[in-house]
Amino acid sequence: MSGPLAQGTPGEPVIPDFGEGSDCVVENRLFCADWVRDNWAGVLQPALLQHVKLTVIAVAVGFVIALAAALLTHRFRLLERPFGTFSAVVYTIPSLALFQLLVPVTGLTVTTVEIALVGYTLLILYRNILEGLRGVPVDVLEAARGMGFTTRQTLWRIELPLAVPAIMAGLRVAVVSTIALATVAALVVPQGLGYPIFLALREAFKTEILVAGALAVGLALVADGLLVLAERVLTPWSRTRRTT
Amino acid sequence: MTVADLGVFVDAFEFVLDERRLVLEKTWEHLLLSAAAMAIALALALPLGVWLGHLHRGSFLAVNVANLGRALPSLAVIAAGFVFLGVGFWSVALALVVLAVPPILTNAYVAVDGVETDAVDAARGMGMTRWQIVRRVELPLALPLIFAGVRTAAVFVVATATIAAVAGGGGLGDIIVNQAGYGLEGVVGAAICVSVLALAADGALGLVQRLLTPAGLRAEARALEPDVVTGVTRR
Repeated sequence: MSGPLAQGTPGEPVIPDFGEGSDCVVENRLFCADWVRDNWAGVLQPALLQHVKLTVIAVAVGFVIALAAALLTHRFRLLERPFGTFSAVVYTIPSLALFQLLVPVTGLTVTTVEIALVGYTLLILYRNILEGLRGVPVDVLEAARGMGFTTRQTLWRIELPLAVPAIMAGLRVAVVSTIALATVAALVVPQGLGYPIFLALREAFKTEILVAGALAVGLALVADGLLVLAERVLTPWSRTRRTT
Repeated sequence: MTVADLGVFVDAFEFVLDERRLVLEKTWEHLLLSAAAMAIALALALPLGVWLGHLHRGSFLAVNVANLGRALPSLAVIAAGFVFLGVGFWSVALALVVLAVPPILTNAYVAVDGVETDAVDAARGMGMTRWQIVRRVELPLALPLIFAGVRTAAVFVVATATIAAVAGGGGLGDIIVNQAGYGLEGVVGAAICVSVLALAADGALGLVQRLLTPAGLRAEARALEPDVVTGVTRR
């Protein structure tokens, strides 16, 4: 009935027992390359892939909902206050607490994790998409109207493309912070790069802690870089200007 | 455990009431840890950010610190603190400092850097010294954004201090990660406490912000409310 970390005796064995460990592992040095080699396929790679999966699902679902909400708000201004207040409050709830608060409702499942992660991406993306849509210069909109564009045409052919830099900025923040947040998901389900970290913390095994942590940071930086590239491809017109 | 059992929330409140001594003690630890981390982070990041912003130098640093800060998983940072500094209060506190510095530094930089040059020029024309310009012109005008960063950091630190428990830092996380000992009602109860604490910290800092904002800027301050989440300032 308890979390994935409940099994095992907390804090008991100080020297980890990872099969027949090398000297390095037994002495628990800072970094043991041989342990990483031996456990890449069994421990680290699966955790990394689970981490990517958790993140992709959260961002994808969050993006769809955020886009819909932002488009609605863009059309019907009245919705801004309720949506804005809701997002501000949810964002203040600590991630770890949110995970735990959802457990009684959805159990120790991936769903629990995804709901919390989606919640956070949603807020970041919603604000950025809305900001991007609103940032379209008035004269551009007037020019579009002058050319006889309908509201829908204006949205799809003027407003959304011009909002791409802001949307991509939001996506970058969302992806990077979701990758960081997803490590905590291991409190609820034994998945992602947080799980090896939690286990290794229990046994104070340094190599695993550092390697899994570094993988999470590396994953975030790689994802961020890929999104920057994607933005360049999507917005050829702004290649000379820098958008942050 | 897959069935929705909302009675747990009632039990959680009962837990908090019944075990109020424990909960208060853990809350106090939590506050102490968060406050220590925030104090150090503020002392480091605020002067640096304000000064760099005043000089309009180091945008590269400020932007990259912000990006790197977001990419750092709090769990990994606390675990790293544990690896390098061992178990205990200061190991976790320093890890929290690492997590709190980026939003404070970046926002302070962006805030001061973004103060209208007209205002600064006018101040210089009035014969203000460098220090007076920082103190009486740039800081008041930059206050909303600076505080946005501080509030983000505070909420983040209070939230993340929960993970401190896995590295022996104490706090409400001790209850949250020990479901075997306190049951689900304890976990949920402590989680509620952390949420309330985070909201309270945010609210308290909001109050401080209002008190620090000069009367003449109060109306305008609202219009300048920055976007905490994205770091984008709305003008």
